[in-house]
Amino acid sequence: MKGVMSNKFVITLYVLPALILILLLIYIPIVLTGYYGLMDWNGIGKMKFIGLENYIELVQDKKFWQSTWHSLLLGIFSTVSLVGYLVLSLILASKIKGANFLRKIYLIPMLLSSVAIGQLWAKIFDPTNGMINRLLVMLGVDNPPLWLADSNIVLYALFIPIVWQYAGFYIIIFYAALKNVPEELIEAAKIDGANPIQIAYKIKIPLISGVIKVMVILAIVGSLKYFDLIFVLTGGGPNGASEVMASYMYREAFSKYNFGYGSAIGFGLLVICLIMTWLIQKLLTSKEDVQF
Amino acid sequence: MVKKKTVSVLMSLIMLVSLALVGCSSSSSTEESSADDKKVIKFMHLWPEGSSNAQFSIVKDIIEEYEKEHTDIKVETEILNPDQYREKLKVLASSNELPDIGMTWSDGFIKPYVEGDMLAPLDDIVDANLKDAFIPGVKESYAVDGKTYGLPLELNISYVFYNKEIFEKFNLDVPQTFEEYKNVVKTLADNGVVPATVGAKDGWPASFWFMYLADRIGGSTILTDVIHGKAKMDDPAIVKAAEEVQNLVDMGGFVKGSSALSNDDAKGYFMNEQAAMFLTATWELPNYTTSPDVSQEFKDKIGYFKFPTYEGGKGTDINSYVGGPGVGLFVAKDSKVQKEAKDFSAYLVKKWGEKSVTDAGVIPATKVDTDNLDLAPMYIEILKDLSEASNVTTYFDTQSSPAVSELHHDLVTALFGKQVTPEDFVKQHADELAQEQE
Repeated sequence: MKGVMSNKFVITLYVLPALILILLLIYIPIVLTGYYGLMDWNGIGKMKFIGLENYIELVQDKKFWQSTWHSLLLGIFSTVSLVGYLVLSLILASKIKGANFLRKIYLIPMLLSSVAIGQLWAKIFDPTNGMINRLLVMLGVDNPPLWLADSNIVLYALFIPIVWQYAGFYIIIFYAALKNVPEELIEAAKIDGANPIQIAYKIKIPLISGVIKVMVILAIVGSLKYFDLIFVLTGGGPNGASEVMASYMYREAFSKYNFGYGSAIGFGLLVICLIMTWLIQKLLTSKEDVQF
Repeated sequence: MVKKKTVSVLMSLIMLVSLALVGCSSSSSTEESSADDKKVIKFMHLWPEGSSNAQFSIVKDIIEEYEKEHTDIKVETEILNPDQYREKLKVLASSNELPDIGMTWSDGFIKPYVEGDMLAPLDDIVDANLKDAFIPGVKESYAVDGKTYGLPLELNISYVFYNKEIFEKFNLDVPQTFEEYKNVVKTLADNGVVPATVGAKDGWPASFWFMYLADRIGGSTILTDVIHGKAKMDDPAIVKAAEEVQNLVDMGGFVKGSSALSNDDAKGYFMNEQAAMFLTATWELPNYTTSPDVSQEFKDKIGYFKFPTYEGGKGTDINSYVGGPGVGLFVAKDSKVQKEAKDFSAYLVKKWGEKSVTDAGVIPATKVDTDNLDLAPMYIEILKDLSEASNVTTYFDTQSSPAVSELHHDLVTALFGKQVTPEDFVKQHADELAQEQE
């Protein structure tokens, strides 16, 4: 068996299917996207090579940078919300009653499709008939905010369902990681007289720092390319107030038939995601990894 | 041991052979069906059984009839909902795999497909089978450089639908002029009723207001002229139209937060009788007449009126409408069964015209003889209006290119949300249009 596995030919044979799939479905499209970015193309007719024109336009495009800023804001917001998830998971993992039930409740939004969530929240945010504003009016607020119609708050209003949507995902992963922390360590700490907060802060969190790091990267990169709920709820409006990079790309490519420029935005999005991932890793790996 | 191995080898050989045979038999069977001399026409449409049942059934019946009459033809359908359909059509076009017959929208939508040399001109079958069948001006929306590339199926016209009960409650009459309309708005708003509902998030429903005002103030050709470069978007009449939209917004003339409401959200206000008026197009007619899902009580309350004229405006004729063809049929240029596909599409258009009003409540693009049809009064009236129409201006966003259309939607949303001034609204349009005409 060992002889077979060290045979170069066999290794190639085993690796090849996955490699071909990844190349075909991921890397080649990336290269193609970059290439289409060099074109003036409406998606249907003939392509015209225009060199770096799209990319030069992209760098000077205020709307693109505005949408980048919105995406980054979402990234920051998601990262901050990780703290909340972590606290929740710590509570859930400390063997409280009904932890199993609560965990399932948190997971349910994950199981709904984004479009369903979007429809649900569109009803909740409705300026006259929505749940929130009905409640506010009942409480005596005369002019409740218009939520998605107000360009100053639309973005923050959108963050709520987005954060809510992914709560279950992060909580499940934190919870699983916390369950892996060896019981002996916690018991030893208890014997030494540590209170639950100290146990969480000094033992549990350092031990799952690897997972936390991955979650931060997932949250930020996920936010940068986030699309679903924004597209369903506002489509980037009003007046671009909730436009993020992915919705801007969609709009250029599929609504305006500007595939060349859309591809350039997609490529820009990729570059920004790569830079951010690299930055986060730089920032987070400076600390020593804790082993157990 | 050796024996065992041979057995297993034999077994696997048998399996392989049998698999291969299965493959043979299945492939030969498909060959047989085409050897049966049936030509297959691939037809993609956008009326799924679930969401557009009436249309779906009509098309299905027509196909069955056609196949009975033409035993050598088989029509295979692929059905997607409209949004998915749009996406898929584009993907198919970019890989040159359009179905033999498909659906298209007019003007700005069809142009890139024609320029990409993907559609077959249909003038021959129009001349042969459909001469004078269409309402004047509709077929032309599918023409590029004088050749027709689409056979229109639907025609939509926009009207203001209103709730008679609410109007009676506040002693209101149907407004004939914009000044009267403003008084209606004022009375309703003062009494805490939402005067008109509009889904400005989607852009296009809100654009109906802008387009009608431009038509009434600047004359019925002004928006078409803008697209063809014969008039300027920053014409004072158009600025005025945008200003009047914002005046209505300021008066509380529209539902609150309209720039976050989709057309369906906005429609809800009208259907729940929370709003008195809804400017929409004739595709909503079934909801006010025949649809079994809406209560008769509600239907009886709904009336419609033509968009009021504007004092001192150039568009003095109340019988000038804003509207547009809906979907039409195209035939792919590379189709191997082009002749048959053309024949079938002409057949479909004809039959559709006969059945669509009665069975689906759709106003077809072909002329309808109402005498022998049992129709709801609102249909009869509207079909009569159509025969008297002095002009139907095709929706601005349908006439313009995809880029201008998208920008227009964004800007209209912003206009209703008061995030742009009327001057900026027309300027941004003008810039994009100028860039295009370069």
